Amino acid sequence: MAQEAAEVEIKGSYPEIDEYYESMPDKNGALIPVMHKAQQVYGWLSEDVQLYISHLLGVPASKVYGVATFYSLFNLERKGKFRVNVCLGTACYVRGAEKVLAAFENELDIKNTETTKDGLFTLSSIRCVGACGLAPVVMVNDKVFGRVNPDDVKRIVDEFLSKVGDIA
Amino acid sequence: MMVDITINNVETSVPDGTTILEAAKSLGVHIPTLCHLDLHDIKMVNRVGTCRVCMVEVDGRRNLLPSCSTTVSPGMKVYTNTKRAVSARRQIVELLLSNHPKECLSCERNQNCELQALAAELGIREIHFKGPRLKTEKDSSSYSIVKNFEKCVLCRRCETMCNEIQTVGVYSPVHRGFDTVMGTAFDRKMLDTNCTFCGQCVSVCPTAALTETDDTSKVWDAINDPDKIVIAQTAPAIRVALGEPFGLPVGTRVTGKMVSALRKIGFDKVMDTDFAADLTIMEEASELIHRIRHGGRLPILTSCCPAWVKFIEHQFPTLLDIPSTCKSPHEMFGAIAKTYLADKLGVAADKIVVVSIMPCLAKKFEAKRDELSGKTSGSDVDYVVSTRELARMIREAGINFVNLQDEDFDDVMGESTGASVIFGTTGGVIEAAVRTAAAWLDKDNPNPEIDFTQLRGLEGVREAEVEIAGMKLNIAIAHGLGNARNLLTQIRDGNVKYHAIEIMACPSGCVGGGGQPYHGNNIETLKKRAAAIYKEDEAKTVRRSHENLQIKKLYDEFLGEPYGEKAHELLHTHFSARDIL
Repeated sequence: MAQEAAEVEIKGSYPEIDEYYESMPDKNGALIPVMHKAQQVYGWLSEDVQLYISHLLGVPASKVYGVATFYSLFNLERKGKFRVNVCLGTACYVRGAEKVLAAFENELDIKNTETTKDGLFTLSSIRCVGACGLAPVVMVNDKVFGRVNPDDVKRIVDEFLSKVGDIA
Repeated sequence: MMVDITINNVETSVPDGTTILEAAKSLGVHIPTLCHLDLHDIKMVNRVGTCRVCMVEVDGRRNLLPSCSTTVSPGMKVYTNTKRAVSARRQIVELLLSNHPKECLSCERNQNCELQALAAELGIREIHFKGPRLKTEKDSSSYSIVKNFEKCVLCRRCETMCNEIQTVGVYSPVHRGFDTVMGTAFDRKMLDTNCTFCGQCVSVCPTAALTETDDTSKVWDAINDPDKIVIAQTAPAIRVALGEPFGLPVGTRVTGKMVSALRKIGFDKVMDTDFAADLTIMEEASELIHRIRHGGRLPILTSCCPAWVKFIEHQFPTLLDIPSTCKSPHEMFGAIAKTYLADKLGVAADKIVVVSIMPCLAKKFEAKRDELSGKTSGSDVDYVVSTRELARMIREAGINFVNLQDEDFDDVMGESTGASVIFGTTGGVIEAAVRTAAAWLDKDNPNPEIDFTQLRGLEGVREAEVEIAGMKLNIAIAHGLGNARNLLTQIRDGNVKYHAIEIMACPSGCVGGGGQPYHGNNIETLKKRAAAIYKEDEAKTVRRSHENLQIKKLYDEFLGEPYGEKAHELLHTHFSARDIL
């Protein structure tokens, strides 16, 4: 429900969000697309960004947060440069994905859902990615690794560590 | 267009767009509900269909349908009490109960809970579902409202009330699935949100998921402390609602019994916030006339309602120069009790404990405001208890309320006029102010008008023109914060010109306050309380605030001029902009 009348000082500056919102022909139902866009640009939805969207769209902050917590694809924490997603869907699970996840926890010295202190890796478990023939499957950002066994984990981590210089 | 349907084989014809539930009701057929709430007159309609308790069977439809949110269609054959419908209903309630702390015996809502009543109505004898229970932390941060969402049934009435009617937007379902709670933005504590503490969410909550902060034990402690002089003051709206928890008909005026009960509880003095309401009018009417004569900022906005004050601080920080600087009546009472009255009684101010009995939960937060303490001794007001809490104290003390003899308030700060009584309903404060302003401005008129009925009613936003001594005063009234928001937006944008505006946060004003006895989801309750307020006013011999003899004496002996220096020090306050979530 829009609250256009709120007299609110909008704090911060997020020109990408403004531009995207302005370009939307229909402002009804803008909330989720705008949140998507914000996550695309900033990688996650900080409280400041959620508040900004709340004030821009005239939607209560509680509702923005409600939507952000409902859909698992929205990130409420800053994620690492490399997002390691270990599939725990049925096919992957029965082929030992849990051991793969444990190996990543061990190699990165973090627990599932956490981010390494250097901000490089975030470890998550996900459900079926639709590549059951390759089970167990691990995705790091957009790259898919199939038939992963725990011994492969160090090699995968090293592969991305070696890219750090390139990105910087 | 009318639609022909049958319900339990009885034919009926209802307007297109009617829900099955409404159609059944018109035939006298009862369908149990839980989340559903229709307070039509204040536009509060919760029809989210989340609880599925009202499921009915419809011929030709494979699934049961929720009657509260399904509209009728031609030829529909509805069955409300088939075995399938009844057993589905029972299962749904069992599922709700399987995730509910079954501690009814020690629950705040014991014998006053819609879920408990529903379980009884459906004859639940066993809960067949065993599973985990959602654990959440109780939030008692706010001084006013306690959130215990382990008792929440996700009916979403609080969300509808807060977001749509009050337009404050504190609540939304957050997280997902079994972990869903009616949360706040970023799971903040209530104290850190832009909640106004109006307590309307508490008024409509069917269980004890939302209740008031319990201050009764502190009051009992003070009463039992021989060192303290404990003074009770009672808000206008209490006396037309306190009879309800004791089985008296809605709208019964119980002023005398209330005074008697407070004495029996052990208060040293029983005095009246109405006295301070008269004092408020002295100051507010003076401020209005001052602003008109000196080209001050208009309109003036009443500032008696603490939920409304917090609303404007969050939502319209650039308009903070328009509310009257008057403290709310019970705060004025506290300030005078700890100065003037302390002197009269010959006791030190720090021996006096002021307890406000209020129809309101926002007053609890208000009493903790920094700017409302320190000028006298500690806070102007020490404790605030709601009408519901007072009813409980009366029971705890074993007092037979219904059979009490009427008693009168104590002297000094107990006398009040009809003008102060009507503070308890929407339009009353402004009518009280106009009564006094009319008499002051129209000095040659021996019999100035007293009943300004054009200011009364239940319309969400009302406006009226009142002519006094050749001067036309444009007045507006809003109750419910959504209505207030509309009015304020118009003022901010310069679309309207008013001299004075009354705003009350709660729909229908204090008679419908968040601390009042539960209205049983019936708006007629609020109307009857309001009617009783006007009867109480009519029964008073003095009906203009400035004619209150004790008030006159207070100015003569202590305060000096209305709106003067001493009055400013003790009776006025200031407002500060707050962040918005």
